[in-house]
Amino acid sequence: MLIKHVKNSEVKPSEITSKSIFLNRRKFLQTAAIAGGISLLPKVITSSCASTRTKFLNVKTTSFAEVEKLTTYEGLSSYNNFYEFGTGKTDPARNAHTLKPEPWAIEISGLATKIGKFHLDDLIKPHQLEERIYRLRCVEAWSMVIPWVGIPLVDIIKRFEPNSKAKFVAFETLVDKEQMPGQKSRSLDWPYVEGLRMDEAINPLTLLAVGVYGERMPNQNGAPIRLVVPWKYGFKSIKSIVKISFVEKEPPTTWNIQAPSEYGFYSNVNPNIDHPRWSQKRERRITGEGGLSAIFMPKIETQFMNGYADEVAELYKGMDLKKFF
Amino acid sequence: METKRYRKIFKPLVFSGSLIPLCWLIYAVYSDTVFGTKLMTADPIQKLDRELGDWALIFIILALSVRPLAKLFKNNELIAYRRMIGLFAFFYVCLHLASYIGLNLQFAFNEFIKDILKRNFITIGIIAFILLIPLAVTSTKSMIKWIGGRRWKKLHMLIYPIALLGIFHFFMMVRADFSRPSIYLIIILVLLGYRFWVKYR
Repeated sequence: MLIKHVKNSEVKPSEITSKSIFLNRRKFLQTAAIAGGISLLPKVITSSCASTRTKFLNVKTTSFAEVEKLTTYEGLSSYNNFYEFGTGKTDPARNAHTLKPEPWAIEISGLATKIGKFHLDDLIKPHQLEERIYRLRCVEAWSMVIPWVGIPLVDIIKRFEPNSKAKFVAFETLVDKEQMPGQKSRSLDWPYVEGLRMDEAINPLTLLAVGVYGERMPNQNGAPIRLVVPWKYGFKSIKSIVKISFVEKEPPTTWNIQAPSEYGFYSNVNPNIDHPRWSQKRERRITGEGGLSAIFMPKIETQFMNGYADEVAELYKGMDLKKFF
Repeated sequence: METKRYRKIFKPLVFSGSLIPLCWLIYAVYSDTVFGTKLMTADPIQKLDRELGDWALIFIILALSVRPLAKLFKNNELIAYRRMIGLFAFFYVCLHLASYIGLNLQFAFNEFIKDILKRNFITIGIIAFILLIPLAVTSTKSMIKWIGGRRWKKLHMLIYPIALLGIFHFFMMVRADFSRPSIYLIIILVLLGYRFWVKYR
């Protein structure tokens, strides 16, 4: 039987959009930072035309350090697949200013001891933010190298104590036609949904990211919180998450619903299994530099599991990867 | 002789106008390279593929619209520009294919052959391209004479299936947003409908 524990830190739905919480955020965060010995306190560093860029303090760098040339901030924030803001690659950068990432509520539900609706800051606060530099391989055969800031998903999962029946974790993106104007069109089935098998979710590589380059996540990259699963094609890394549920059965996933023969539940990066409409053997690395240098950049070989096979190949031992693509 | 003077002015105009898309793309790549703008996005190869394919379809549609427009405005003079527009359609199709082979595949011909055999949307695109070749080759006056007007007309009716193949190629390439190819399809169907209406009314 499930018992819903209502914790003091839990924000009631009525409070989530309340202005007082929003206005007191800074003070709340300062207190939290002192209490927790970490700081989420944002410091304004630069102002770009549309939004304010804020930097996180005390981000721990980890062993997933820079191995390849990073995609520039401008590169990763100007070229996005985020159909909630339009289907063109530059639509999200143009349209995502309507997203309001603060305040943000996340619902944790399903087969776990502790469930409820939480303010994003309460969810993140007890954890140490880390920088993780990962390759991001899009199913469309382009890739980037991104310095994410986030917390391992496993840390969050542990906190909510899913029970033994919970075999999968399901994620859901916000639905709000005002904030996400692309949802006025039926280009995809809204809300965008994704899922991971529990062992994938608790793999140390899997990250809940809240920023890039030590700064808060740009709206067009999935602010304020998104998943990053570096060994899977980019569309598995669901953006602007409002719900995480622990479930027993494999949850439906958006691109699988859209085209089941082209996008499987697993969608692990695999150069040996082509997309029906294009090869996955090689990829175009997007560095952020456009023009001729991008045009004449040699393609690179796509790596099995996007180069993370040492960490994750064990998860798929004995599985027919052609069948479970 | 009035018409001859018009043509002397308008032919170069239509010609240079048809080159505007290409000039724009060249300028955009230049500007991105030199000034660091992002006119061609951070992935200019993909953008070039799409833009050139788009312009190829637009010019095919323009070429097909010439006769109906001439009828509509009761101005047969417009027909004089159809060949040029049709050849520009072929020109943009060639650039589209060249950018796919040269920039996207980086001349990996084994991949190209595999694509043609394995991937339906590439197969269809290539069929459309091959069917366009005889139309481009037979576009000169001497060729029309050599083939004979009626047979030439029959041959050039191929442009309708080619246009449809081009649009299906577009449909099959898209992942989710079908609005653009849908618009092209509707225009082609209207033009085709008009053709049948003229023939069988």
